[in-house]
Amino acid sequence: MALDKPYGDIPGTTIFDSMKARQGYHLNQFFHSLMKDENRNRFLADENAYLDEWPISSEQRQAVLDRDYNRVIELGGNVYFFAKLFFTDEQSFEIGAAQMTGMEPAEYRRMMLSGGRPAAGNRYTKEKNDGQN
Amino acid sequence: MARISAGVATSHVPAIGAALDLGKSREDYWAPVFAGYDFSKQWIADEKPDVIFLVYNDHASAFDLKMIPTFAIGCGERYGIADEGWGARPVPDVIGHPDLAWHIAHSVILEGFDLTIINEMDVDHGLTVPLSLMFGQPDAWPCTVIPFAVNVVIYPQPSGRRCFELGRAIRRAVDSFDEDLNVQIWGTGGMSHQLQGPRAGLINRDFDTAFLDRLVKDPDSLADIPLVEYMREAGSEGVELIMWLIMRGALDAEVLERHRFYHVPASNTAVGHLILENKESRSNS
Repeated sequence: MALDKPYGDIPGTTIFDSMKARQGYHLNQFFHSLMKDENRNRFLADENAYLDEWPISSEQRQAVLDRDYNRVIELGGNVYFFAKLFFTDEQSFEIGAAQMTGMEPAEYRRMMLSGGRPAAGNRYTKEKNDGQN
Repeated sequence: MARISAGVATSHVPAIGAALDLGKSREDYWAPVFAGYDFSKQWIADEKPDVIFLVYNDHASAFDLKMIPTFAIGCGERYGIADEGWGARPVPDVIGHPDLAWHIAHSVILEGFDLTIINEMDVDHGLTVPLSLMFGQPDAWPCTVIPFAVNVVIYPQPSGRRCFELGRAIRRAVDSFDEDLNVQIWGTGGMSHQLQGPRAGLINRDFDTAFLDRLVKDPDSLADIPLVEYMREAGSEGVELIMWLIMRGALDAEVLERHRFYHVPASNTAVGHLILENKESRSNS
């Protein structure tokens, strides 16, 4: 019998559920390894060599190299794990979030300062197909 | 006897900790956030809690995907500060209260809440940012802390109802501890925010305001909000608000709202903050 997943119709949103955790296990463990300064330095010195140590798929590997976070999410990455890569890149969470929305950082900050992305029109995919503001 | 005198709810946005640590708290962007806690700092200096039971979530710091406890209680003597990718925050270690923590674990497990017991772990911004907001930048935290970690990262999280009932069980456990202790319970995280995907930046002030109102006056019905409603209405990470229900469950049915603060934005997030005092247990003390 299928599991109840009532969150599939939230636009622009991937819920990190049991299946995503299964899919992204090694990918997320790679991100978690960046909590250690020594590992951050090794990764930054040679990203490919460091990624060789992790049993991740070639698609996952490419998404990491490209810093394509929407693709990382699609392939099982979780934001609290890949935020370690934001910080390894000395990038703020705000800029990382902006990147996933497709907005320029200054434009994203203006949206947040004016109250954030409204819920109206962004609750269901039937209202909005791309999740954009 | 130990007693829970008050509850505190607050967001735990990591950028708030970074702003404080980097000396940016008086900048135009951050000053309004910290001003919302001026009252709270004075209040807690007067209240002088002995122990804070601090409900928070770990953000892939102590718990990676190797082990994912749904509810975990810190029974250790001391907790270090996690390096979350930019070096550990320059804040004091957190001193635990193992005797009360083990007492609570023993009591609530017998009531059917199957807690994971933690004796050693580092704590991340989920726990330290609330301490910084309430206590500023002391050389040592002025009281002991029992960390209580809730899985809000992986769906399915525990339901709001389960969290609220757990809070009630924690209340009974604290009430049955013989030592005379002034205990506060804090619920952290929230309010509305989404950190990921094309919908990142979602803020729902109406939802947040209604949540605050109902948390004070009608928490029992609030506990029935399904997880998907938090995600849809308050953003995928807005589901952290279930942790506030643990705090509220441990308080009296009727509480006194001493302070409320709401501000948008802190980085990607709406900041919410409440101070609720128990009426009954304070008058009995």
